[in-house]
Amino acid sequence: MSILVDEYSKVLVQGFTGHEGSFHASQMIDYGTNVVGGVTPGKGGTTHLGRPVFNTVSEAVKDTAANVSIIFVPPAMAADAILEASDSGIKLIVCITEGIPVNDMVTVKEYLSCHDARLIGPNCPGIITPPHTKIGIMPGFIHQKGCIGIVSRSGTLSYEAVDQITKVGLGQTTMIGVGGDPVPGTTIKEAVQLFMEDPETKGIVMIGEIGGNMETDAAYWIRENGTKPVVSFIAGATAPKGRTMGHAGAIVGGKSDTAEAKKEILRECGIHVVDSPADLGKAMVRALGSSAL
Amino acid sequence: MNLHEYQSKIILKQYGVPVPEGLVANTPEEAINAAKALQSLTGTEKWVIKAQVHAGGRGKGGGVKVAKSLNEVRQYADQIIGMMLVTPQTSAEGKLVRKVYVEQNIFYPGPADPSEIYLSLLLNRKSGRIIIMYSPRGGMDIEKVAEETPDQIFTEEIDPTLGLQQYQARRIAFNLNLTGESYKNMIRFLLAIYQAYIKSDATLIEINPLFKTSDDKILAADAKVVIDNNALFRHPDIATMRDFDEEDPIEVEASRYDLNYVKLNGNVGCMVNGAGLAMATMDIIKLSGGDPANFLDVGGSANAKRVEEGFRIILKDPAVKAILVNIFGGIVRCDRVAQGIVDACNNIGNIQVPIIVRLQGTNAVEARKLIDESGLKVHSAATLEDAANLVNTVLK
Repeated sequence: MSILVDEYSKVLVQGFTGHEGSFHASQMIDYGTNVVGGVTPGKGGTTHLGRPVFNTVSEAVKDTAANVSIIFVPPAMAADAILEASDSGIKLIVCITEGIPVNDMVTVKEYLSCHDARLIGPNCPGIITPPHTKIGIMPGFIHQKGCIGIVSRSGTLSYEAVDQITKVGLGQTTMIGVGGDPVPGTTIKEAVQLFMEDPETKGIVMIGEIGGNMETDAAYWIRENGTKPVVSFIAGATAPKGRTMGHAGAIVGGKSDTAEAKKEILRECGIHVVDSPADLGKAMVRALGSSAL
Repeated sequence: MNLHEYQSKIILKQYGVPVPEGLVANTPEEAINAAKALQSLTGTEKWVIKAQVHAGGRGKGGGVKVAKSLNEVRQYADQIIGMMLVTPQTSAEGKLVRKVYVEQNIFYPGPADPSEIYLSLLLNRKSGRIIIMYSPRGGMDIEKVAEETPDQIFTEEIDPTLGLQQYQARRIAFNLNLTGESYKNMIRFLLAIYQAYIKSDATLIEINPLFKTSDDKILAADAKVVIDNNALFRHPDIATMRDFDEEDPIEVEASRYDLNYVKLNGNVGCMVNGAGLAMATMDIIKLSGGDPANFLDVGGSANAKRVEEGFRIILKDPAVKAILVNIFGGIVRCDRVAQGIVDACNNIGNIQVPIIVRLQGTNAVEARKLIDESGLKVHSAATLEDAANLVNTVLK
């Protein structure tokens, strides 16, 4: 088992023929993902990477029965691409694009809240269920099928977590990157809930950072409802207040969204918090050993 | 993007938000001329002279003065322009003031009591919606108000598909105990400022104080507007307002190379691919007994040119005693990054500080071999833990 995506996912690539879209689509195909086609307005009717290209998402869905879409379109048009995917009946939308204006995402989030579609991202590495289904830009080879669910706000830091979890021999059920933006489609708490419900997931790694309250929201939920050990690292203990640290959402606003404040609440909620990201793998092994599973 | 008060007010005015009349001045002479122009425009006999720097709490550091004559305008402008203004939001050295904003005085006698209100518009990250936060206790540090009298802080959340509704604006005006003309003016003010927030792609508008005059006008006495960097592509007029003098010169140079760099005060520089891993690397430096000198995300490609630019930027900071490069190679191959590091070191030449390179991911073993055999004073590490230990060793 896994969460959200598996070998039955039929994936459509929005921004298919562009540089990023082409490169990552071919990487996904190599990994074994069932990429059924792509969308580039104006290039409908052609073929790219051996898959059909469509002008609109609705045509593509009609023809291919795609149920997942991954978006590589530039930031100015990305919000529109998300709305198009939802309007065309796509149930899971993964948006890789970084740099979407915040107010665009405020509108998108409101729209999606009234429609039956889940958004992952934007500004995220995507989602992967090893060994065959990669819907994102992460290096596939570091992943290994296993029993740990990983959720992260950061791309390369999630690779670090994946690598350690693979090397201690546990492997992953699914890794989901929720993204570094201030208005994410899927929250850390929602990802944690899905992992708690997934019978194959035995433990969860939660990678957070400064800014916002997604990690503490998840922690309070875990304290009441958690059934599996959770290991966590919060990046940015050394970040100054009021400065944006790369990710648009990584900015300390007040006292409650510093790394220290979050770690303290996470610890109070029974989460195994590590101060060094180098200790994630070891901490998960310890947490599983000490848990009643 | 941060803006000066006078720039914030230009934007607010475009959307019909009432602000006092004011003019910006770079010299005491310009300040005098501005004061005369404001006098003929508004009849004001007093002026407020305000330092224009990107920091709050300017009044506390002597950066805001009320001038009661043209002589005082000259005197205060002369004092403020060129001063190192220290406020609770600046460093101990303060910030150099290059210009002042001369504004009509709005604290004049009249039939009603004047009052100060706090008002801000910002994103509520929890709900993903814009909120208006407001308090009748304006003119003070809002964090202090929140601590002392949390019941005096109100919020109004806005449905993005509908925008701010009349009933919401009425509720705000009633909660602020406004009546009569000031009540009506407040509603107009709110509808205008919400438009300003949305149409200028702001991520923060803070008006503290929002001033109710003795004749019941509602005016933004101070204004702080922050614009979403990611939306500047649709606001070329606002993009030109960026004031490079207010930014760290090394950060300005880094932004020219499209490098995401934030200057910090430590002794270990770092260069990382990815923002989260970059923050984590800073944390590791701290845990190893050092202090991070910067945040630097070189992005996904991390090729020789980017690495070289990154090194040059880091080395501009004389406090840097060591550099930690941390690359998790995914799509980008580590051996290519390693070659980039070797080339960059050779191109720059004579780098005095020790460099620790941690490469993990695709072709990491080959990459470390390449580094070790380069003959450079570069230490290679395999894991984060090794890298941390090496930082600790070279600092000793």
